[in-house]
Amino acid sequence: MYLKTFKGGIHPGDRKELTNTVPISDCPPPKEVIIPLRQHIGAPCEPCVNVGDRVLMGQKIGEATSFVSAPVHASVSGTVTKIENYPHPGGGEALSVFIENDEKDELFPEIKEWDLDLSKDSIKAFVEKQDAKEIVEKVKNAGITGMGGAAFPTHVKLSPPADVKIHTIIINGAECEPYLTTDHREMLENTKKIILGALLVAKSVSAEKIVIAIENNKKDAISLLEQETKEFDNIEIFTMLTKYPQGSEKQLINAVTKSEVPSGALPSAVGVVVNNIDTCAAISEAVVTNRPLYERVVTVSGDAVNNPKNLRVRVGVKFSELLEIAGGFKEEPKKIVMGGPMMGIAQNNIEVPVIKGTSGILAFSAPETYGKDEGACIKCGKCVEVCPMRLMPNFLSTASVAKDVEKIKAHNILDCMECGCCSFICPQRRFIVQHIKAGKALLKQKG
Amino acid sequence: MENKLIVSYAPHLRTERSTKALMLDVIIALVPALLVGLFAFGIRAFLHVLICVGVSVWAEHVWCLFIKKESTVKDLSAVVTGLLIAFNMPAAAPLWMGAVGAVFAMIIVKGFFGGIGHNFVNPALAARAFMLACWPVQMTAWTNPVFGKFFSQGTVSGATPLASPDLYALSDVFLGNIPGSIGEISALALIIGFAYLLIRKVITWHIPVIYVGVFYILSMLAGQDATYQIFSGGLMLGAIFMATDYTTSPMTTAGHIVYAVLLGVLTMVIRTFGTLPEGVSYSILIMNIVTPLIDKFVKNKRYGGGK
Ligand code: SF4
Ligand code: SF4
Repeated sequence: MYLKTFKGGIHPGDRKELTNTVPISDCPPPKEVIIPLRQHIGAPCEPCVNVGDRVLMGQKIGEATSFVSAPVHASVSGTVTKIENYPHPGGGEALSVFIENDEKDELFPEIKEWDLDLSKDSIKAFVEKQDAKEIVEKVKNAGITGMGGAAFPTHVKLSPPADVKIHTIIINGAECEPYLTTDHREMLENTKKIILGALLVAKSVSAEKIVIAIENNKKDAISLLEQETKEFDNIEIFTMLTKYPQGSEKQLINAVTKSEVPSGALPSAVGVVVNNIDTCAAISEAVVTNRPLYERVVTVSGDAVNNPKNLRVRVGVKFSELLEIAGGFKEEPKKIVMGGPMMGIAQNNIEVPVIKGTSGILAFSAPETYGKDEGACIKCGKCVEVCPMRLMPNFLSTASVAKDVEKIKAHNILDCMECGCCSFICPQRRFIVQHIKAGKALLKQKG
Repeated sequence: MENKLIVSYAPHLRTERSTKALMLDVIIALVPALLVGLFAFGIRAFLHVLICVGVSVWAEHVWCLFIKKESTVKDLSAVVTGLLIAFNMPAAAPLWMGAVGAVFAMIIVKGFFGGIGHNFVNPALAARAFMLACWPVQMTAWTNPVFGKFFSQGTVSGATPLASPDLYALSDVFLGNIPGSIGEISALALIIGFAYLLIRKVITWHIPVIYVGVFYILSMLAGQDATYQIFSGGLMLGAIFMATDYTTSPMTTAGHIVYAVLLGVLTMVIRTFGTLPEGVSYSILIMNIVTPLIDKFVKNKRYGGGK
């Protein structure tokens, strides 16, 4: 069968067998959570609690300061012990709220228990009576962000400019990063909530069509969703080729709708809004129960981990505790990564907390990590062949190293989404993405 | 433990296919033609290969030491260059000639211009052109194959299949029962190597297929025996193993197509109108020089519009 996909890309091997049949398990709440006030793209939050305050689970502790921002909530009930800078898994430090858990998990009063019957008729009726503006408002208050890594505030996506018409919602079930299986497990275990979330997203921007796009390495999820969405005429399950970065927004849109998002524009420019699988589940929770985003599923995996797992964890729990729950290390890890191996961030400290965008914690021993040496570009063109944005990564990297601002501009450096395909494929093991990042910084500085 | 964690930029996965792995595949792909060459020309072919490869590797190593860079012989590209130089030698040529060619390739063509990735023409081809210019007689003194008779010197044949098409049957030309340079006689063996390169994704099909295809069509239009033409001389060797050299061919697929079409035309022009019967080497050398221009003007259409 011919499967839809985009041009370029790579096949790094998905290595998901470590966790794709392991059901999500609840991770016991930690004694203390450390919740950074910077968890998303956009302005960081202002703390709205004080040291010594008692907070309830789901209570807002950080206030969004601008439109492109999302509030932050307490993930346990307990006492605020400190508000100070703490190492952040995204790099550097961030102002963080420390909460000592009183082990009561006392919910903030506005939050209800889940009471919606998830039969098809009940879902339809529920969605029918929602108001679009209210959905967006609830998503905003719940602090929902993209949960695949970039953590773009979701309510911004659901508020396209007034003059654009959104015709299609794409639910991103590609999960193209190797090792990660949170979306896969959520699709299997939380199917109905995801469908409800997708319908709510469509309602909020009055889109007619919903496409749930899944890579063909998740056959069980595809057939389950096909069966569960049979009675929803506006939902289509779309099977795609397993290829990295199929889950990147622009490549996904290209595979599904054949259109290309213009350089520098957002998906709404081609009438599309893309949301993640777990974001959909979070949206259902927010709309039905007012529950904010304070817990998420994290894949803890990698060849250095004893018992790779999918864990439902509270935001603010330390990486070290989750690695412990996954059975500790088989071998001493050489590298710990937050996110997937292609775009994730290497950590030098495993005491950092889980944030909303933490999709995975991966621990690697050799040989999945390579040394420091890079060779000269041999102009083999392999990076050009795989670049999903169809740029010239080799020129970008050499021009960045040479600090040739004119050339990096001419080669559209800003279109690079840092997917890493070029560095992956380069036979000379050049650090292309790293050079490009430096080039982007240079361009910003020189204007 | 903290301090021992490696902190590097994404991606944290790299392909296994390093330059060394790719070059090893090229070497494997050259093996069928190498075997035919050894079988056809015996001990002299063997000595040529040994000398060309040995001297190439040695020259690259010495050069790296000289300019105080880490030696790049480990990436096996010098072995490939050495093999290709040997493939271009007539078995009867003096053995020291290959050594001079190898030094020329590795030091003048590759080393002087900055080592791997910086040469603007294919080192093996440049060496061949150099030797052909210096010693035109010896470099065209092709012997008849002496299949199996390992220590036989073979008789020098005045006529190559390319110059005198009527002398040889098409099947001999295809299989390699013809006089010629060590590695170029068997089109079949070279094509087997090509298939291997494609399967291992070392190269894409575009350059060899389009190059040979364009040449075939032009040759047919010119009223020649096109099938005979494409299997004789250095066309297969050049199209599969020389024109596809990473460093000296364009980077995009569109670039490959432009490059290959021009190669086909040039080779046809040189073979038909030039004084030399063989136009492959010079066509590729010329196109090597044009490659940066192709890369400048033939670009991919980037995602989201624009050029
Ligand atoms: S240049 Fe950028 S977009 Fe292209 S492959 Fe490299 S990282 Fe990906
Ligand atoms: S893959 Fe590496 S060696 Fe090949 S062209 Fe790109 S940067 Fe150069």
